[in-house]
Amino acid sequence: MSIAVRTLFFAAYRDRLGVSELSIDLPSGSTVADLVNELRGRGAPFDMLPEKPAVAINHTYSFLDEPLTAGDEVAFIPPVAGG
Amino acid sequence: MVFAEVSSDPIDTAALLAKVGSDEDGAALLFIGVVRDHAEGRKVTGMRYDVYAEMATEVLREIALEASFPLGTDRIAVAHRFGELKIGEISVGIAVSSPHRAEAYEASRFVIEEIKKRLPVWKKEHYVDGVSEWVEGTIPPGAGLEGSTHVVPLTDEGLA
Repeated sequence: MSIAVRTLFFAAYRDRLGVSELSIDLPSGSTVADLVNELRGRGAPFDMLPEKPAVAINHTYSFLDEPLTAGDEVAFIPPVAGG
Repeated sequence: MVFAEVSSDPIDTAALLAKVGSDEDGAALLFIGVVRDHAEGRKVTGMRYDVYAEMATEVLREIALEASFPLGTDRIAVAHRFGELKIGEISVGIAVSSPHRAEAYEASRFVIEEIKKRLPVWKKEHYVDGVSEWVEGTIPPGAGLEGSTHVVPLTDEGLA
């Protein structure tokens, strides 16, 4: 069984990766940390993502051990600079 | 009523201020953040703000609500702009009103400081030499951590 999640990349991450959005298939039961490992394991340029990035699941900042559900929107949030 | 908006349209400060205020309020404050022409010794010609719009709208509203509790009123209106901005243009506007000035100053300050900490917005500075760079940002509190490292275990006696 696998699940598909929608990943979003913003600002410096988007520029470095050359994509703003990817659909990623993961084994069911995967966590945010598993998603990070799957992406970083693809090598350049994805290995530019931090090992422990800030992520938001469905618009809420989340821990890395948070389990993912099919259809989740997982955003990789570079250090923020609003105001 | 708390108002929070993220938009590419120019911020209308008069409209923002008009959203707050009531007969019981003796103080109203408007804070604006403006694009300046320099950063760490480099001449800046403009700024591009990127935003995770859906999440930013929710976070901005949360921040305004959090500010409203100690304020004692919910008369807070906040707007953040995104897109290409020129020098002197307004990137953020915060309007607050309250019966007395102290709470209004406190709430206004809280909102801008929390925006800096956790609003999913990024800015790219354009320099006079034609180079553009993302401004080094702040890691949102708690981000990148395992939840289990935060949990305070509960026992029958209460907090362990």
